[in-house]
Amino acid sequence: MRISLKEDMMGSFGIKFERFWRVFYEYNGYVRVLEGLRNTVTIAVFGLIIGVLIGTAIAAVEVSPKKSIFSRVLNKICVFYVALFRGTPIVVQLLVTYYVVLPLIGINMSPVNVCILVFGFNSGAYVSEIMRGGILSVDPGQMEAGRAVGLSYGVTMIKVVVPQAVKNILPTIGNEFIALIKETSVVSFVGALDLYVAFNFIGTNNYEFMVPYLVMALIYIILVMFISLLIKTMERSLRRSDRSSRP
Amino acid sequence: MIEVVDLSLNFGDLKVLKDISFTIDKGEKIAIIGPSGSGKSTLLRCLNFMEEPSSGSIFFEGTDIADSAVNLDLHRRDMGMVFQQFNLFNNKTVIENIMMAPLHIDLHNLRKLKRQNVFFKIRNIFSKDKKPLNEISSDKTRLKMEIRDNAMELLRRIGLEDKRDVYPSTLSGGEKQRIAIIRALAMNPKVMLFDEPTSSLDPEMVGEVLDLIRVLADDGMTMVIVTHEMGFAKEVATRILFMDDGRIAEDSPPDQMFSNPQNPRTKEFLSKVKAL
Ligand SMILES: Nc1ncnc2c1ncn2[C@@H]1O[C@H](COP(=O)(O)OP(=O)(O)OP(=O)(O)O)[C@@H](O)[C@H]1O
Ligand SMILES: [Mg+2]
Repeated sequence: MRISLKEDMMGSFGIKFERFWRVFYEYNGYVRVLEGLRNTVTIAVFGLIIGVLIGTAIAAVEVSPKKSIFSRVLNKICVFYVALFRGTPIVVQLLVTYYVVLPLIGINMSPVNVCILVFGFNSGAYVSEIMRGGILSVDPGQMEAGRAVGLSYGVTMIKVVVPQAVKNILPTIGNEFIALIKETSVVSFVGALDLYVAFNFIGTNNYEFMVPYLVMALIYIILVMFISLLIKTMERSLRRSDRSSRP
Repeated sequence: MIEVVDLSLNFGDLKVLKDISFTIDKGEKIAIIGPSGSGKSTLLRCLNFMEEPSSGSIFFEGTDIADSAVNLDLHRRDMGMVFQQFNLFNNKTVIENIMMAPLHIDLHNLRKLKRQNVFFKIRNIFSKDKKPLNEISSDKTRLKMEIRDNAMELLRRIGLEDKRDVYPSTLSGGEKQRIAIIRALAMNPKVMLFDEPTSSLDPEMVGEVLDLIRVLADDGMTMVIVTHEMGFAKEVATRILFMDDGRIAEDSPPDQMFSNPQNPRTKEFLSKVKAL
């Protein structure tokens, strides 16, 4: 009597799934998974918000006319900042911030908050490049018109140029958000609980990692697909507001 | 009102404006004509410092705006500028376009007065001579309403009040340019600068824009217009500057400029324009 290899696999898969389900559901593994999911999304969302703010500020400095010494120095700082955060791995940035910088300046912060900060700073460097492209894609006549009616460079930038730039680069910002979601899978390096930690916990309890990691992969895929859909909807409604009058 | 003295401007090695001097009195309508690349736009843009001169002075009501102490944003509020490409704010509706600058400026001033008052109050607690507080006669909603009323009044003047809430991308070129003009007027400028206001319009829309400029001229607005519309220049301008190769080659009233030009370059240019 021979059992085919495939059947054997399927059979054992069933058992594996049962064991996974027990820890996941009956022993409250899902609580950790949900918390991990929440942390992942929290870090990515707030990281992106900080990133967009920093990135926009850097881009605005970089494209401004560099007349005064002050603005030239500011520009140099921005260039250095971008080089620093693009030139080192995010894991190194996390570790250095958590174990070196924060203890040195004596600040106590929860791992998740540290991750939000570091991912925000890191993302700021990337978003600045995206945003610079976006700002340069806006017709220079828009800035001229703002200046001509007596608005300052900064006000025209914030109220006229950046909103149009953001619309141009929204798909790219969406990609940056998705990149952030994926990159958060390293936050366990500084002890933050994310999806990886949650599923790793389930696996360790069962001495079985196949199903937990499979489910983890599925959750990431669904999350990313959901975000892509969200961005598409947003883009469409923005494009519509451009063409017709307001309700 | 405006006095330009020895104005020069170089873009790198290219000398675009060479030692230009002239004056503009209140109420004058100056047309600037001349061949392409002669520096007309650059000269116009120097007047509100959109282009920074390499040397020379520009006096506006007595103050040299090339002086680094001058607040350019304040200066520019006295000078409305209208561009060839309209340059309406694409992310704002028509009424927002018109209201934006006045609203921003008034709210900014209001906030400044309020900040000052807080400072005065604190100071008055500690010091003997009590400083009176700034009188704040208006509030945010009132200001906003006044500015909106003014914007609506301007829109009514050009018959586009029903376009109030649409975005610029839905407007025709002529509508865009007329709105660009009243956007500049909403600041109550003392001078209007036009850089080829009709050059990127379809022929059938040129008239409506010129009509509006004509109305402003009749109202006594001081204006400087760079234009290729010789007929319009002749009709509206009180003085015409002919520019050639970065200099003002001729500066005379329209009759003389068109019937009896002095400079050979002017003659050549006008005969070419007529031939078209
Ligand atoms: N930002 C700039 N950088 C370098 N050169 C410039 C710049 N702006 C204008 N120029 C040059 O200065 C010269 C004068 O330009 P300007 O736009 O003032 O001419 P114009 O008389 O307005 O011509 P047109 O009738 O074609 O509008 C041109 O040779 C132009 O190429
Ligand atoms: Mg020009």
